[in-house]
Amino acid sequence: MNRKLLAEFKYDLAPIVRGYNRRTLYVNVGTKEIKSKPVSDMMIDKFVGGKGFDLYLMWHGVKDDTKWNSPENEICISFGPLCGNTSYPGSGKSIVTTISPLTGIPVDCNVGGHFGPYAKFSGWDAIELQGKSDEEVIVYIDGDTGMVQIFTAPDTEINSHIFAEELIKEFADSPDKHQFVSVVSTGTAADHVNITCLNFSFWDKRRKVARLKQAGRGGTGTVFRDKGIKAMVVKYSGLKVDTNNPVDLPTLQQTGLKLHKEIEAGDATQCRMHEVGTAHLMEVMNDYDLLPIRNFKYGQMPEAIGLHSREFTALFTQGMADGCWYGCSLSCCKAVDNFKPRTGPYKGMPVCVDGPEYETAAGCGSNIGIFDPKDVVEINFYCDTYGVDTISFGTSTAFVMECYENGILNKERTGGLELTWGNADAALELLHQMASGKGFGVTVGKGVRAMKALFATEYGADPNFLQDIGMEAKGLEYSQYMSKESLAQQGGYTLALKGPQHDEAWLIFMDMVNNHIPTFKDKAEALHYFPMFRTWFGLQGLCKLPWNDIEPANNAETDEPAKVPEHVQNYVDIYKAITGKPMDKVMLIRQSERVYNFQKVFCMRMGKGRRIDDVPPYRAVGPVTEEEYLSRVERYDGHLKDKIGVDPSGKSTAEKMKILREYREDQYQQLIDAVYSRKGWTPEGVPTVEHLKEIGMDLPEVLEVVNRYLK
Amino acid sequence: MKVLKTYPEKCIACHSCESACSNLYFKEDNAAKSCIVITDNTPPEMNVCNQCQTCVAACPTLALTVSAQGVVMLNKSLCIGCLMCVAVCPTNSMRTVLGAKNPFKCIACGVCTKSCPTDAIKIVNE
Ligand code: SF4
Ligand code: SF4
Ligand code: SF4
Repeated sequence: MNRKLLAEFKYDLAPIVRGYNRRTLYVNVGTKEIKSKPVSDMMIDKFVGGKGFDLYLMWHGVKDDTKWNSPENEICISFGPLCGNTSYPGSGKSIVTTISPLTGIPVDCNVGGHFGPYAKFSGWDAIELQGKSDEEVIVYIDGDTGMVQIFTAPDTEINSHIFAEELIKEFADSPDKHQFVSVVSTGTAADHVNITCLNFSFWDKRRKVARLKQAGRGGTGTVFRDKGIKAMVVKYSGLKVDTNNPVDLPTLQQTGLKLHKEIEAGDATQCRMHEVGTAHLMEVMNDYDLLPIRNFKYGQMPEAIGLHSREFTALFTQGMADGCWYGCSLSCCKAVDNFKPRTGPYKGMPVCVDGPEYETAAGCGSNIGIFDPKDVVEINFYCDTYGVDTISFGTSTAFVMECYENGILNKERTGGLELTWGNADAALELLHQMASGKGFGVTVGKGVRAMKALFATEYGADPNFLQDIGMEAKGLEYSQYMSKESLAQQGGYTLALKGPQHDEAWLIFMDMVNNHIPTFKDKAEALHYFPMFRTWFGLQGLCKLPWNDIEPANNAETDEPAKVPEHVQNYVDIYKAITGKPMDKVMLIRQSERVYNFQKVFCMRMGKGRRIDDVPPYRAVGPVTEEEYLSRVERYDGHLKDKIGVDPSGKSTAEKMKILREYREDQYQQLIDAVYSRKGWTPEGVPTVEHLKEIGMDLPEVLEVVNRYLK
Repeated sequence: MKVLKTYPEKCIACHSCESACSNLYFKEDNAAKSCIVITDNTPPEMNVCNQCQTCVAACPTLALTVSAQGVVMLNKSLCIGCLMCVAVCPTNSMRTVLGAKNPFKCIACGVCTKSCPTDAIKIVNE
């Protein structure tokens, strides 16, 4: 490729010390300024790394009124002190943050692939991208020689499955060294719509293709393209078991080996991650009435048998080392090889498709009424390569399909598309339209919140109905679990800082199935502990899955099985083994609490993040339509009788629905009261000064924002 | 396939083979660094790689390959020390010393057979 060098920055290579480089990389693609920034002790003490560093850097890079497309908006990518070790499964994650085009507040994504560890071992604890380039660029980090460069990008193909591979081949020293290069890219849809993602590659030596993992949520791809960036490339060739320079390699190895053996012994009978990845959940969710079907109306349908995990097992190539980073023996990153799409620009060409994972199978399958796994694979493929988030695509498409069902949309309004449940051709056409920037797909790609406003004003649709069925909160589309029968999960979704994603809390089984957290106090405790515990993964550069998608054989006999105590201790042990700093399970939560509250205040600074924003659409809480109520009439009638003390007999469905709704909405508010108080926040959802002092997050800039809202 | 066969009924647990192996590959007389492991039970258990190739599929970097003679070889320059091969080995014959950069295993070189006084180990082609 004929590239012009636009800017260059040389830096000294230095070994990592105990998981840290103690410097971050700043790149302004507008002014072409590239520089190194020191990492202070304060940053390490209070922000740890990973998401903490991202948010700290971003806070000081943006202004109160920064929008997603303001030049000063940043994309930060950070790795964390534990990231890149090859001993403990799940240690290769990057955390991406930016001000989201969907929510206007920081979004954070935890993503695999080799970019993060390689960028870290190239010498950086985080990367900060700012500015807007007036010509298309790629940013290249050469971790072997110590050089950062900005090049022009006259490339015509930016769809990731091709572009990532081209760049790997271009920047690798020789064809046998492809595995040392990793690419961050998106796709053509990111030029036109908001529900986009970034793809982080890893070179699959067996398949000889660039595999793609997604920083999926919140429109990161759109910000990337708005900045004029086509890709980031990193090259690092020196990886060894001790590159992260841990203080105590033997303990790290021993802890990793213990988990490898546990996975080897237990995975085949527990989650089968190695065989089918997270798609193992499909029938489990369907069995428990939790699989979202037809825009979260139902959690179970006989047709869902079509998406049984065995269908995906049959499609995935078996027996491969499918870790998204070296050393992950859970190896959940399954792929469909030699898939031939039946539509679109790559029709008939054999491709390797990453996934589908559970979220994709549910979102781009059952939730839009598609029950043929091959259709799901095709949507998955095009989402990834075009740079579209499969979760937001699924939820947004489900929303328009329900609008179509209700006559809010029709063929005239959709440009001829028949958006009936299960119409895979129409769903794929929406995607191709997002990629070309033409047609109704562009409207769908604006996301559910934008469509709610549009359909109310343009088509006179009832805004209350749209609010009830439009599965978004704070502007972000829901991920793919039914929360109707789990009050704790309703809170888990709406309290999640970035918007309704399950990565903060997944409490449905604890709450609804096992009834382990019956009281408000129990639920509030769970909604404190689990989001804090899970936040820690993002500070360290870790994956959540090896925490509880594999359990020690005796886990059920421990005093708190839901926490997987032995694995918590593993994390304490490997943190100490790498950083040499003190740690225990209490300090671990405290590390998270600081960053979590900082992110909370960051959201408030950008204008969202208080109680008024923690609002679920009623579809996430109870039955919106009579059809839904009647489909589970025994459950809801029983609920009226047992929980509310109202005799349902003789009442119309509409009356019963009203009573149920009032009750459930009131329960939700009581839950929020309990959780805010447990978290140290006011009833309006504002962290108190005392609480911030207690956890050590009383930085002046934080108190200044909080005080605006406490007055 | 070239493989080191063991005959426990002949083994007298003198541990000469362990010394020969660790001396050759680690330049020290240390049973913890021998590819073959002999216990002191009667008869002794003799643990050594049977070249089954299970570990080859698990290696994420293709550091493990099978030679023309059917011997599983570890390429240290590709190995990133994840120890996944150690965990999947059905006979615990992929060996490791904590703190080292790579695991190690028997490559059927046969040096140990020369040190065995009772012919309890033999290189065979099967
Ligand atoms: S469990 Fe899956 S997603 Fe997590 S690190 Fe391992 S391969 Fe990657
Ligand atoms: S080391 Fe173990 S898994 Fe590998 S070939 Fe030998 S016996 Fe088989
Ligand atoms: S330790 Fe080395 S040889 Fe074994 S699986 Fe890991 S990379 Fe491959």
